[in-house]
Amino acid sequence: MTQAFDAAAQQKLLEERAAAALMMARQLGADACEVGASVDQGIGVSVREGDVESVELSRDQGVAVTVYVGQRKGSASSTDAGDESIKTVVEKALAIARYTGEDPASGLADADLMATRFPDLDVHHPWALGTDEAIELAVSCEAAGLAAEGIRSSDGASLSSGEGVRVYANSHGFMGSQCGSRHSLSCMLIAEDGNGMQRDYDYTSARKPGELRDPAEVGRSAAERTLRRLGAQTPQTGRFPVLFDPSQASGLIGHLMSAIAGGAIYRDASFLCGRLGESLFPDWFTLGEKPMLVGGLASSPFDGDGVQTRDNVFIDKGVLASYMLSAYSARRLGMQTTANAGGARNLRIGAELQSRDELLAQMDRGILVTELMGQGVNSVTGDYSRGAAGFWVENGRIQHPVEEFTIAGNLASMFAGLAGVGSDIDTRGSIHTGSWLIDEMTVAGS
Amino acid sequence: MTSQRESFDEAVATLLTPGGLDLDGLDRGLGHALGAGIDYADLYFERTWQEGWVLEDGEVKEASYNIDGGVGVRSMAGEKTGFAYSNQITADALLETGRTASGIVRSGARIERAPRIQVSAEPRYAGIDPLSGLSAEDKVAMLKLADRVARAADPSVTQVSASLSGVYEVVLVTSSDGTLATDIRPLVRFNVSVICVRNGRRERGSAGGGGRYPMARLRDEGVAETYAKEAVRQALVNLEAVDAPAGQMPVVLGAGWPGILLHEAVGHGLEGDFNRKGSSAFAGRMGQRVAAPGVTVVDDGTLQDRRGSMSVDDEGTPSQCTTLIEDGILTGYMQDKLNARLMGMAPTGNARRESFAHMPMPRMTNTYMKAGSDDPQDIIKSVKRGIYAVSFGGGQVDITSGKFVFSASEAYMIEDGRITVPVKGATLIGNGPEAMGRVSMIGHDMELDTGIGVCGKEGQGVPVGVGQPTLKLDELTVGGTQS
Repeated sequence: MTQAFDAAAQQKLLEERAAAALMMARQLGADACEVGASVDQGIGVSVREGDVESVELSRDQGVAVTVYVGQRKGSASSTDAGDESIKTVVEKALAIARYTGEDPASGLADADLMATRFPDLDVHHPWALGTDEAIELAVSCEAAGLAAEGIRSSDGASLSSGEGVRVYANSHGFMGSQCGSRHSLSCMLIAEDGNGMQRDYDYTSARKPGELRDPAEVGRSAAERTLRRLGAQTPQTGRFPVLFDPSQASGLIGHLMSAIAGGAIYRDASFLCGRLGESLFPDWFTLGEKPMLVGGLASSPFDGDGVQTRDNVFIDKGVLASYMLSAYSARRLGMQTTANAGGARNLRIGAELQSRDELLAQMDRGILVTELMGQGVNSVTGDYSRGAAGFWVENGRIQHPVEEFTIAGNLASMFAGLAGVGSDIDTRGSIHTGSWLIDEMTVAGS
Repeated sequence: MTSQRESFDEAVATLLTPGGLDLDGLDRGLGHALGAGIDYADLYFERTWQEGWVLEDGEVKEASYNIDGGVGVRSMAGEKTGFAYSNQITADALLETGRTASGIVRSGARIERAPRIQVSAEPRYAGIDPLSGLSAEDKVAMLKLADRVARAADPSVTQVSASLSGVYEVVLVTSSDGTLATDIRPLVRFNVSVICVRNGRRERGSAGGGGRYPMARLRDEGVAETYAKEAVRQALVNLEAVDAPAGQMPVVLGAGWPGILLHEAVGHGLEGDFNRKGSSAFAGRMGQRVAAPGVTVVDDGTLQDRRGSMSVDDEGTPSQCTTLIEDGILTGYMQDKLNARLMGMAPTGNARRESFAHMPMPRMTNTYMKAGSDDPQDIIKSVKRGIYAVSFGGGQVDITSGKFVFSASEAYMIEDGRITVPVKGATLIGNGPEAMGRVSMIGHDMELDTGIGVCGKEGQGVPVGVGQPTLKLDELTVGGTQS
């Protein structure tokens, strides 16, 4: 079960299709047009209790066309990228543009902002991985986890590996393309005691196969994470400091970024509307993005509008220095695009970092949160209330696991109350951060 | 209503004919998927047309159209599944995907496919294209009406966004057990979201609904006006909301959409795959008490025109009404063919997949609790101090520990048996089996939601419905900020 993928040939094919769609749109009456096209291919295997459970070969493709007729806009897309289908997509987009309203802000980003520098960002590292080898790796990961004393069973280990090409082109004559790869391995285990079952997992993910963690180490760590949850108690209701594990702290950065996204600002739908230039965090905290980072998970020389990406600082010494804008949202706000169509890329923190132990000592008595559940974040008001699980901390030391409680507050006061950032940086996603200590939140438990 | 015959012919003409396939071609495709050692194989053909219109600032500024389609091929051997798919629906694609999928095992006996039998299923909605029948001008007019109604409803409304979307999905599934089934699935939805700003405070309200019927019905039922007013009402309530309490207290849930409680607290835990693997907190508890007496929960894919309904599931099994919990006793799981076979049970019509490019799993359809006999007013009166929650955002469950959460978007304090001030949205957390044991009053006002649910499992989203009468849980943890 293998399938060949010739990235260079695919890239050429997508670029040709994009060019054909642009030409067709022009011929059929569009004043401006943009096209996105992609192909992704991958393998995913999952094993459970030592045996293969599923093998999945995926191959996804798509083409999306947006046309502008005057200030009117129409979009259409298809997963069938044949010539006939592209024509249908262009025609459909134009048909839709007859019914949409005039929008003074609509249109492509300015031509002089289009990316012209395309350095090799070292993000394409395909893995010639056979099915048998993939299964073996997943089995060895799971076996190491199952070998841990106290683990009852496995909920499975999965390995996935994929690569793809994406192309963005528009009628300014811009054509950008990028090949990329992503590989990951995860394992979920179950443990049981008199109080019932607990499960937890661990994973590793990277652009380069060689940068994945050792499978056995991932399995052992999944076992450790599962076992430490046994014997969980419900914490008492009250107000306590909360230490967010790095995997959860990156979620807080995610909430911040959604709240400063241009779309939320011009829609009046953010608790950070009108806060530009104001202090949101302590003055020792800075947050920015590095889109051109070599090897970065979210690296790209151009954004979703074709605009050259650049290093942006969003929080500068605690102050909200910039919103996160695309060409469209920038026009809506009378501002300049920050090359963030499609979001932020490779967010990094600038601050003096503390060790996990220092943060625990500083917290003294409170909760270390390692898991959050549900969607209880209101980005319009900043109100935050989520289900959680983690550990009770007393005298700066972890005492016992806790579960079935919520943590609540408001993001604005949580940001202002950031009391420390850990050096225990999680590098698996495109947001890199260590733990976050928030000075006080409401815990609802027993 | 279209006849089953017409639907079948339309599915064949839509899915197979363009790529030069016929029913014999399907048999050859199944043959490729039934390699050595494979004991079951199926082919799932799908074509989907999707349309979405979005209004902002009083204008329809964005509209999109998407065409998707292809074939997904599964080959199974015991608990093993090989899966491959293609955007092309041709004999060549069936050969390639069939060989790929059946490569999951490489030795063993070859089985013969069973004689083909066309599945006979009661249609649960009309097999129509919901996108036609309402002109583009009418669609734009509906959205603009919602905008006008919302803005006229209150001066604090600063932003209105409204959306109209529709999906026309044609599927055909055939498998080595002889199954041959088709389904034409319309799905439409209208949504309104508003922002109200008053005295420097900003709140959102939203409302929406839909089902498996033509877009024209949304217009005829006047949903633009209904949901616009409802969204503004909710935002205005939230502008007055005070901080929610924190801690354990009685919780009264309103009828309808709060049935998301059942979806999270028990629904996922009763899906066949988790129980076969023993990873659900409900595993091995069949026949045991898992909820208070009086609690009866069903999963019903047969409800006419509902968002979560299916005439046949994604393996071609006719949908049915499965009683999951009867008078508090666990009586049933939701099954697809794989898990039913491995557990020695019958499939229940709950096999669902997001698309041809995803593997099916046991999933919910419309999950609801049957009505009890309590008067909703009496339920409120019985609470000294607690929360009355009538609208929710999303929820989530850890099926292994049984812990579930769901987040209120409109809620009130109950003080001395009376509903008093609105409180800010808060997440409620509990343990599924424990929470269901604390249901102490069940209203006679069973209601289904308006048709807005999307359920996510292993990265796949499918439309679902929920419902319940007004319910009282004697104790649940409320995640407010006032401790």
